[in-house]
Amino acid sequence: MSENLKYLTPELFLVIFNLSFLCVMLFVKSPMVMSNGNKISALVLIITAVLVYFNPVKADPIIKGFYTSNEFTAFFKMLILFLSSVILYLSDSYLKKNDLLKYEFPILINFSVFGMLVVISSNDLMALYLGIEIQSLSLYIIAAYRRDNLKSTEAGLKYFILGALSSGLLLYGISLVYGTTGSTQFHTIYSAIMYTDRTLGLQVGMVFLLSAIAFKFAAFPFHMWTPDVYDGSPTPVTAFMAIVPKLAIGAILAKVLFDVFGGISDKWQMVLVFLSGGSMIIGSFGAIAQSNIKRILGYSSIGHVGFALMGLAAVSPEGLSGFIIYLFLYSIMMLGIFAFILNMEKDGVLVTDIYLLAKYSENNPATSFAFSLILFSLAGIPPLAGFICKLYVMMAIINSGLVYLALVGAIVSVIGAFYYLRIVYIVYFSESDDKIDAYIPAGHLFVLFLSSTAIVVGTYNLLGIEPLTRAAAESLLY
Amino acid sequence: MNYILSLITFLPLLGAVIIGLFVQGSDAQSSENAKRVSLVTSIIVFLLSLVMFSEFDKNSSDFQFVEEFLWLGFFNYKLGVDGISVILILLTTGMMPLVFLSSWTTNKRVKEYLISFLILETLMVGVFVSLDIFLFYVFFEAGLIPMFLIIGIWGGKERVFASFKFFLYTLLGSILMLIAMIIMWDVSGTTDITKLLNYEFESEPFYILGVYIPSGIQTLLWLGFFASFAVKLPMFPVHTWLPDAHVQAPTSGSVLLAAILLKMGGYGFIRFSIPMFYDASLYFQSFIFILSVIAIIYTSLVALVQTDMKKLIAYSSVAHMGFVTIGLFSLNQQGIDGAIFQMVSHGFISAALFLVVGVVYERTHTREILAFGGLIKRMPNYAMVFMVLTLANVGLPGTSGFIGEFLSLVGVFQVEPLYAILGALGVILSACYGLLLYKKVILGELIKENLKRINDISLREKFCLYPLVLLIIFFGIYPKPILETYSTTVADYLKMLN
Repeated sequence: MSENLKYLTPELFLVIFNLSFLCVMLFVKSPMVMSNGNKISALVLIITAVLVYFNPVKADPIIKGFYTSNEFTAFFKMLILFLSSVILYLSDSYLKKNDLLKYEFPILINFSVFGMLVVISSNDLMALYLGIEIQSLSLYIIAAYRRDNLKSTEAGLKYFILGALSSGLLLYGISLVYGTTGSTQFHTIYSAIMYTDRTLGLQVGMVFLLSAIAFKFAAFPFHMWTPDVYDGSPTPVTAFMAIVPKLAIGAILAKVLFDVFGGISDKWQMVLVFLSGGSMIIGSFGAIAQSNIKRILGYSSIGHVGFALMGLAAVSPEGLSGFIIYLFLYSIMMLGIFAFILNMEKDGVLVTDIYLLAKYSENNPATSFAFSLILFSLAGIPPLAGFICKLYVMMAIINSGLVYLALVGAIVSVIGAFYYLRIVYIVYFSESDDKIDAYIPAGHLFVLFLSSTAIVVGTYNLLGIEPLTRAAAESLLY
Repeated sequence: MNYILSLITFLPLLGAVIIGLFVQGSDAQSSENAKRVSLVTSIIVFLLSLVMFSEFDKNSSDFQFVEEFLWLGFFNYKLGVDGISVILILLTTGMMPLVFLSSWTTNKRVKEYLISFLILETLMVGVFVSLDIFLFYVFFEAGLIPMFLIIGIWGGKERVFASFKFFLYTLLGSILMLIAMIIMWDVSGTTDITKLLNYEFESEPFYILGVYIPSGIQTLLWLGFFASFAVKLPMFPVHTWLPDAHVQAPTSGSVLLAAILLKMGGYGFIRFSIPMFYDASLYFQSFIFILSVIAIIYTSLVALVQTDMKKLIAYSSVAHMGFVTIGLFSLNQQGIDGAIFQMVSHGFISAALFLVVGVVYERTHTREILAFGGLIKRMPNYAMVFMVLTLANVGLPGTSGFIGEFLSLVGVFQVEPLYAILGALGVILSACYGLLLYKKVILGELIKENLKRINDISLREKFCLYPLVLLIIFFGIYPKPILETYSTTVADYLKMLN
């Protein structure tokens, strides 16, 4: 047991810090420490990422098959830790302005991140369930973080009720799979499926499991909560929810599909085609009538999840690597977008109406150029990185012979282009005088420009992550 | 010398960067400097392309000045030119100095305006030089962004509608082309155009969901490419974005749209559809003929009733592009030669016509035909230029317009005489609307009060217009320099295909 503990160093470090921070903060009343909680936590997350980097990897599961630590998990963990720390840093000024800067916020975020680390590494359905619950419970709370705000409370409650339902689905699916295969460990289930009959119970259990994960992933037809929760939550929480859980859930989805149900890919391929096609369509049509940027991004994330799932639906190493690349670039682009949105203000009040961005480009040419570049990239206009990752998943899906799904993707990306362009149009062309007076702090500007530079440079070599994703994909497909 | 194509392609981008970073301030002096930088950049690019052209071997149909770098692995950065693309590159780089000259009086967000145009130049040249289908797609599609901004920011009253329509129409077409490209890559295992030109795509008929697909996979790929190029060219019935975009775009935007961007569609047909999917092209030959003839006759009739000068010229562009498609798909030497010549010649003529409209628009701020009349009294030089252009647009022998239309019709006549006859009707119709426009605007009595003090074209405008007029007449009398550049390439293409 003790030699196995070294694989858990990052998780243990994070959770021990979290618990001790919680205890310490109960007694510390110094405003200096109180107001720097976000920064301290962000630093801890970075340290955890470094620990993950130096953490040994092992092809076989550890702790009696309960846990894994390989290239795939390391890649996603580092990404998640890094992005969360950036988001913590970005949310600082927002929380300060709205008098929400309390030490609970970074602690909840950190607990959620801890849950995600467990989810990614889990090699057992029980560990998976525990991880998902840890990350979700923290998210339910911070979605309702603005207690005095009706929309925020509503968002938290809505998210909680629907999330509880999906947890139920997950448990039911797990019990069905356990009942038919006699194990909760991934590799045991995998071989059990390979060498035994495919019973109905297994298939129903698989569908339940996938539905529950699709719910957390906000894929059609389990997407209904997304726009409301994105809109209602405080913007830093929206930023966190739109970026980080997507990576963790995406990773575990890929893992469940290939590591657990790899033997019956013919059964789940059609499920994924349905999830992917539906999400793309809902994502592009839903946002057309919206004028609230957080709702637009909610629908946009549904659409992007659909595109990413296209890579999984291809059931091939290229598809899996395309899926990872898609999630990676999506998170980079979203980070830039949120660095901007966190500062949309009018008369000191935060606003989310896109029509208030009118004439923004006249006084802020550089910022609006970077912002528009990211929007063009999200719309998938070449040569930006958003196009390259769409190309990857489309090539994978066509390679697998599912040309019609690529066609759906092609058509909805034209429809999707409309609402991204509408934002660009407002920023550049609109005549309205009702405009925001945002001052963007240097740190946020830096993230925004870094993100837009990344999507331009990314067209050259995808920021060098392609070999990483290939290694990650291969470690999954054993 | 090996990197000359990259240099030509990316030098305008360098100019854009210089304007963006080093030309500071927003006063008159700095915008003047920005204009100078862009003009000088475009002239240097033009001279470089002339150097490239002088080294170009016209008797070879191979791709020349080829450069290749590894990019993302499955697709690469590969450039090269053959006879067809070299002439279009010259057209592009030659047009840019005129565009910058013609927009000298712009005063709204000058720096951004010039940067957009310089980026657009890079992307347009990139389309013609790329030898990799995905690289082609990147350039082809990225051109939408600057053009969207050009129409949307510096356009007329209805600019928002026009820019959205332009963007979404083109995007829908090209995304279908992207699917076709991925399938091509999947089937053939390469994205290199030189290899794809020698790859034979299956043309065995098969059934999809009970629907009979003649010529097999070729048909599907052909349709994917057709969706994109037909929108870009544009062909009837997807031409409706063009009049809106032209009318709303600023003068120099219209010039580029008419002179270069439309040519990308024709270039795509000759580069991809015809040589790569020859069986499907044969299958769809009469389909294209019918659409082209409809375009020629119908849009000419529509042009007859227009009250806006720019709209009239836009519709006439659609009609003239009909000659390009009809010539290309006659699939013989005369037809294709004529079609390419028509593309170049239409580049001169329509660009000059939009410039001419821009001249009076700048002075009177209207494009209504009825707002003018009797301009010849005050603007004799202008009337002369307009005359030559009208006649060239009609296709009068002695102007470059004639050569292209005549050769295209000769090509079609060998295949289907009926379509040649119908197409020739378009020449008559173009005389109707062209001369009518001339009569209403230039001739007659000068009775409008605001026109009585209008000035003739200035020196700057002469520099824009006279070169184009001279080229139109020169190539009308002596078309050989253009024709001989690409006739070897076309002949080799046809030899390989038959």
